[in-house]
Amino acid sequence: MNDLTAQKLPSRFDKPHASSVLMFAAFVAFFAWSVAAAGISVPELLEGLPNMAKIASEMVPPATDRVVPMMNSVLVTFQMALVGTVAGIVISIPLAILAANNYTPHPLVRTAIRSLVSFIRTVPDLAWALFFVASVGLGPFAGTLTLVMDTVGFCARFFAEAIEEVDEGPAEALTALGASKVSVIVCATLPMAMPSLINTSLFGLEKAVRSSVVLGLVGAGGIGAELATSMEMFRYDQAATIVLMIFALVVVVEMLSSRARNALIQKRS
Amino acid sequence: MTAHHPIHGHEATALSVRGLSKRFKGSAKPVWSNVSFEIPRGQRVAIIGGNGTGKSTLLRCCMRLIEPDAGDVFFGQQKITGLHVRHLAASRARVGFVFQKHNLVHRLSVLSNVIHGGMAHTRTPRLWFQSLAPKEIREHALHCLEQVNLADFCNRRTDQLSGGQSQRVAIARALMQKPNMIFADEPVASLDPQAGEDVMQVFSDLAQQKNLTLVFVTHHLEHALRYSDRVLGLREGALTLDTPTQGQSNQQLREMYE
Repeated sequence: MNDLTAQKLPSRFDKPHASSVLMFAAFVAFFAWSVAAAGISVPELLEGLPNMAKIASEMVPPATDRVVPMMNSVLVTFQMALVGTVAGIVISIPLAILAANNYTPHPLVRTAIRSLVSFIRTVPDLAWALFFVASVGLGPFAGTLTLVMDTVGFCARFFAEAIEEVDEGPAEALTALGASKVSVIVCATLPMAMPSLINTSLFGLEKAVRSSVVLGLVGAGGIGAELATSMEMFRYDQAATIVLMIFALVVVVEMLSSRARNALIQKRS
Repeated sequence: MTAHHPIHGHEATALSVRGLSKRFKGSAKPVWSNVSFEIPRGQRVAIIGGNGTGKSTLLRCCMRLIEPDAGDVFFGQQKITGLHVRHLAASRARVGFVFQKHNLVHRLSVLSNVIHGGMAHTRTPRLWFQSLAPKEIREHALHCLEQVNLADFCNRRTDQLSGGQSQRVAIARALMQKPNMIFADEPVASLDPQAGEDVMQVFSDLAQQKNLTLVFVTHHLEHALRYSDRVLGLREGALTLDTPTQGQSNQQLREMYE
């Protein structure tokens, strides 16, 4: 290798720009401040370890004395999730059509719907739950309404994207033969987007099942209320049973949803 | 090269294009300008020209799937340009459009896709689903499939068909419209030679049996020579060829691509 080649070789590392160094330093400083604000304390963690061990030991064996009412609550939780998801999907479809580039009647409508859906998605589930508990009272109805909002925020956005990504050929073919706009959507666009819509809907159901568990903590019905009560009464053995039931529910729903996905989205044989 | 075709009054004219021009946004040059021609009923017309000469755009502008910038299109005596969208559907209904990619809804059955062709004339939502469609519509759809020799495939999903079969289903869907004119945009471009030949033969036979006006875009000069009565050629933004097919040779048509 001669000197010329050595001169032409770029250095292994670029010299960082002053602004990059400043940004990095600012990030490190902010992170350090965040660690302090997060209340991270190793002594407190060490002090808490025996408590953790005590609670964990009290969780074993899980209690079986309230299994039947707990199973009933798990069922209600699933029912809330199912109804909330289905209602959310039904509301999401027209919203998604109005929000999709290729079908919106006006760009302003599209922007308005997208903003509304973003707002619904941004507000946390617990905030929606508190709002609905205050509006319609304690119980599963408040939880179901929360899950409707949860599903709309999720599904309307992904449905709109699925509709935008669909091959426009079949829709053009039906337009060319004089079919109405509604017919084009029902007969071409929605069937073409169906695999994606089914996928999103099943993920919506899984998400709703997981979300529905915590809604009971604020009085919006379901197994969460049982969990809150057990924790408040220091019945960690009951809490363990509830956690195991929630785990089983989520696993079963994910398994069934995966099977349903495979059955509904048949690939070309 | 220009040929004159006898037009026996407006009744004998299926398609009339007068001074049509189109330029896409952001493009300096028009796709083509001042294109004029008249097609008598029952004539089979091939449109040829190199890539990007606007053959497909011309068909789409005739249907107003793309809006032309200037000029007029008539289906028979009905002026299509300037027609309100509400009335446009009724005019489109009598024109079958077969696309290069067949444009079937591949998750639905063959029968469902063909029944959708009936939406040209019947507005009822019952046609959305083949299971709800009226008996006479289902029977007519099956009859259309028989005409393209695919009646046995009516229950099959269209994504389980070959390219040639899919294109024949698209033709059956067009027949469901009871059309008096068919536009076909490179209908055999994605098919193997034998399947392409079969599809062109189906077009040709149907056009003859039903006295349909057939306008097809093609790059296959042999198809233009074999299946058309007249050839139109687009080149450098203008209609530069309009000639009866009889007496033309492959070599003469090839000049359109040089």
